[in-house]
Amino acid sequence: MRSGSVEALPRPHALGAASWRRAWESFWGVLRHDRFAFVGICIYGLFILVALAAPLIAPYDPQQTIMKGDELMANQPPGPPFPLGTTNVGRDIFSQLAFGTRPAFTVGFSAAFFVALIGTVAGIVAGFYGGWADAVLMRLADVAFGIPFLPFVIVLVAFLGPSLWNIVLTMALLLWKDTARVVRAQVLSLRERGFVESARVLGASPARLMLVHIAPNVLPIALLYGSLAIGWAILTEAAVSFLGFGDPARISWGYMLNDAYISQALSTGAYNWFVPPGICIMLVVMAGYFISRGYEELLFPRLRRQ
Amino acid sequence: MPRSSTRWFAQRLAQMLLVLWVIATILFLIFRLMPGNPLVAYIDTTFTTEQKQALIHSFGLDLPLWQQYLIFLRESAAGNLGRSFSFHAPVAQLVWETLPNTLVLMLSAVVVAFLLGTVTGAFLAWKRGTVVESIGIPLVLAVRSAPEFWVGMILLAVFSFSLRWFPSFGTVSPGAQYASLWQRLTSPDFLHHLTLPLITLVLYLQGLPLLLMRSNMLDVMEEEFVVMARMKGLPERRILLAHAARNALLPVVTAFALVIGYSIGGNVVIENVFSWPGLGRLLVRAVAAKDYPLAQGAFLLIAAMSIVMNLLADVAYTWLDPRVSYAKR
Repeated sequence: MRSGSVEALPRPHALGAASWRRAWESFWGVLRHDRFAFVGICIYGLFILVALAAPLIAPYDPQQTIMKGDELMANQPPGPPFPLGTTNVGRDIFSQLAFGTRPAFTVGFSAAFFVALIGTVAGIVAGFYGGWADAVLMRLADVAFGIPFLPFVIVLVAFLGPSLWNIVLTMALLLWKDTARVVRAQVLSLRERGFVESARVLGASPARLMLVHIAPNVLPIALLYGSLAIGWAILTEAAVSFLGFGDPARISWGYMLNDAYISQALSTGAYNWFVPPGICIMLVVMAGYFISRGYEELLFPRLRRQ
Repeated sequence: MPRSSTRWFAQRLAQMLLVLWVIATILFLIFRLMPGNPLVAYIDTTFTTEQKQALIHSFGLDLPLWQQYLIFLRESAAGNLGRSFSFHAPVAQLVWETLPNTLVLMLSAVVVAFLLGTVTGAFLAWKRGTVVESIGIPLVLAVRSAPEFWVGMILLAVFSFSLRWFPSFGTVSPGAQYASLWQRLTSPDFLHHLTLPLITLVLYLQGLPLLLMRSNMLDVMEEEFVVMARMKGLPERRILLAHAARNALLPVVTAFALVIGYSIGGNVVIENVFSWPGLGRLLVRAVAAKDYPLAQGAFLLIAAMSIVMNLLADVAYTWLDPRVSYAKR
């Protein structure tokens, strides 16, 4: 009799609750069916391959000043030994470009991961518990909103020391707020829904409610904000490096642009030096837009017919 | 209504000051907790220990932290931002001198970006499903994805160094003298210098209003009053401008605050590419030179600028859309 009445309750899935597996399936669905998202993933795949195989692809050490006998191979035009020419101190531009994919993706993925993680946790906690937890977190978000992003990154990186991880840290400190806001709004409505209510009645702990019943439902939106953050992070790292506050130990695309700028490559017309890094940044950021566009269609189906 | 609007404004003002105070406090802590002596840029190797002590004392750096903090708050509120280590001049004077350059570049770019973005966005919505759209949209996304300083570098290399159409640095030609600030800002020489940084910033900012306007237009075009206008047999252009565009415009205005946020970051890098003597360039130079009072002052003014502009955007929005009541916001 008792078990019968429990069975009579609608199963959580029937009420539209997502499980972790379902969230993953819809993630793949978008990639498979959206043309733009597919192109985006292909661009990512290509660059990640280059990042992994950089030592095989790059003909030289990116920091090496190349000599030919006694002569420094500086300012060489693009041609057989140097696919994109050399810098003013004889470094191979193509090798720098290939190795530059590594910091770009390290920063992009780790910053996106932390932004999505902190934002989701803060959003779920604020939305689920409400009260003072909500008030404190949202006031923090207000302050984070008032702080000008790039100037703050510059000041903080100068304070903490120029390293890739400090750039990631400052981005996580400031960018979590957007994800947190939307996740919180989503949680506020989920909290009142039937499947959460029935799980609560069945005696699920708050941790279980948040982790098993709420988190999978906010996963798509967290992924959307995460994929947008990849592009932001790569652009920010490039800007910070361009301004001269980058990690001096690593050659990134922003570092290359900074190097070209201060070495007068603009006035000597060394387009082969400063055009390629910008194109790489543009392609990666654009791929991020393409992927997130696919998610927007998943999240806001109204857009799909347009 | 006027009463609630005054109250709303007072509340927003109080919130604004609170955020500014929190930012100032964070900044104070960052700079005081910096490793090493903050006077390292100031102190010469030839200084004796007594001279160093006297200097540290004159900057109040031997006081307990909380006393330094109170002094900092009092002086900042009074508009006294200290003395720059590297320029050997009052910080307040340095930041006020560069502020107009930043404001002119930023505001003109935001206005042009919004005009251009909304018009192009409406145009692309109108051209939906045509070749124009399938070339236009990826192009817009590409421009939006390009790092703004790189776009600036290319413009600089092409139009300044190769073609020599535009100057490559500064706001006016070296040695030029003007009787007043207004005369300088309206001189042809200044506008000539402004062109390339302005184009760069506009290209960076136009993506958001453009894409928003386009998607709003597509939404509005399907609403009943547009269908009604079509049924009345009004010409397509009239429907587009008088009916659809007007209604699609309002949500674009809400993006104003967001665009202001972008433009502040964009300004910092673009000013550095074009050696434009603004607040962003001052901040970068100060941080690079470890000139803490100047970095602090420039940052505070940038933050204040962004907060004030956000407030103005809010006021403009409530004024534009009577449906939004002060009390609710």
